Amino acid sequence: MAEPILEIRDLRKSFGALQATDGVSLTLLPGEIHALIGPNGAGKSTLIHQIAGSLKPDSGDIRFAGQDVKPLDMAARARLGMGRTFQVSSLAPEFSALRNVMLAVQARAGSSFRFFRPVMRDTSLTEPAREALARVGLADRADIPAAELSHGERRQLEIAIALALGAKAFLLDEPMAGMGPEGSQALTSFLATLRQEAPILLVEHDMDAVFALADRISVLVYGRIIATGTVDEIRNHPAVREAYLGEGA
Amino acid sequence: MSRETIVTAFLVLGLLAAPFVAQAIGEPFYITLATRMAILGLAATGLNIALGLGGLVSFGHAAFFGIGGYAAGILATHAFNGEPLLFGLPGTNQMIVIWLAGAVVAGIIAALIGLISLRTSGVYFIMITLAFAQMIYYFAISWPAYGGEDGLSIYVRNGFPGLNTLAPMSFFLISFALLAAGLVLFALIRDSRFGAALQAGRQNETRLAAVGIAPFRIRLAAFILSAMLTAVAGALFADLNRFVSPSMFSWHMSGELIVLIILGGVGRLAGPLAGAIVYVLFEFALGGITEHWQLFLGLILLAVVLFARGGVMGMFAGRARHG
Repeated sequence: MAEPILEIRDLRKSFGALQATDGVSLTLLPGEIHALIGPNGAGKSTLIHQIAGSLKPDSGDIRFAGQDVKPLDMAARARLGMGRTFQVSSLAPEFSALRNVMLAVQARAGSSFRFFRPVMRDTSLTEPAREALARVGLADRADIPAAELSHGERRQLEIAIALALGAKAFLLDEPMAGMGPEGSQALTSFLATLRQEAPILLVEHDMDAVFALADRISVLVYGRIIATGTVDEIRNHPAVREAYLGEGA
Repeated sequence: MSRETIVTAFLVLGLLAAPFVAQAIGEPFYITLATRMAILGLAATGLNIALGLGGLVSFGHAAFFGIGGYAAGILATHAFNGEPLLFGLPGTNQMIVIWLAGAVVAGIIAALIGLISLRTSGVYFIMITLAFAQMIYYFAISWPAYGGEDGLSIYVRNGFPGLNTLAPMSFFLISFALLAAGLVLFALIRDSRFGAALQAGRQNETRLAAVGIAPFRIRLAAFILSAMLTAVAGALFADLNRFVSPSMFSWHMSGELIVLIILGGVGRLAGPLAGAIVYVLFEFALGGITEHWQLFLGLILLAVVLFARGGVMGMFAGRARHG
């Protein structure tokens, strides 16, 4: 079996008496889409925050790209190649879509301490940024400030930023949230192509999308992973049906 | 040409023209007024790097303004008395050396203050920067070697090669040239990769970190640059008045620099200059009528904050745009 790009072992995090992450272990393998599902309050976002570095786990291991990333902060993990999108879009609102992506291009080039050359005339920044925007279908919205983009466009922009980072893995936190049915469908087919770029850890509520995309699914309930398996295995898993999918799923 | 460029050019060229007009109509006093605008505009342009681009509301920039002032005062005093300064190094009355010395010392102090204060944000950052500036203020008051509370007089304005700095016009031109250089520097930084990261950090710190740029280092560098520019203005200010006192370090001064930026337009290239022009005009026009002129300034500031958020620049050049 191929070496996992992301490996989490026995991760624990509690807030007071609440065990938000209770011994979670999971892996993300090259080329796969691994979906993480679970009811509200199961601890999905808490888990993503710990992986991305915005929250410190109490114990356990997180290895990314062959490296222990627990001592690293969010910025350092991003430099290693974690391309993260947020549950609620997190962008530089005054910057245009293009400039938001250019920031990622510049970060990837590792060159933020340059004081004189104007970025807008620097094709080594603008070209890759336009390319990434085109790939998510935002080419003609490049000059619009992020604050003025629609909800769906902001989600696309976050993915363009992750693309421009040259991510080794994507952590997508509910990318379908708030998208209409058409938007979800378009995004689903886009994510199917995105997996060729890098593996995806997909936290998602939209079951149609999850079942269409995922190679493996892990089900998180009360901070624990109660099952991991293929789409069919999860569909038919009795504990999962009871805990999450409910009758008729 | 955008409206922003036109307004900026109008302000800069207007300031340059004013002293020549003053000289032509035989009112040389106005040259000093224009010089004051240029110097305060430069000081606030320095702060505008941290505050406008980085969103770092430093309420302690008087520290750097004062350090520049004292660099001029102390070096000039040693040169005047012929006493060595430190380790046998002599004082100097050369402005260029004084500017460099002031900027370097301010940069070092800013690095120390920034290392601590930039770990906080919001109100805590405001309070910590204020606290550091107050420490330096009280230190200056209780340092008898350099005048303590009474300050230091600079008996002869420091020199600049090839110019008679005592002539108001020459000194204005020096101040104006530094202001222009400061504005160019600000514009370069704003449009650069560094500036992109700095402004992104102001808009959304999490976003900056999520692309892999640690906000702290960017902010620290911005804070240091900002302090160095303000220090150069402080040195000019001391030479303008031929006097430095601890009041340059006072929190009133820090507040004044923030007021200039808010009046003119936060984060705008010509904002601090516009603010300085309005401020000095007010000080002059109302100061002659009542010593409580700042009451009226307060009312205007209130109006700006409530009704014209973009300040003077917002009024005449519209909203700020980011490429």
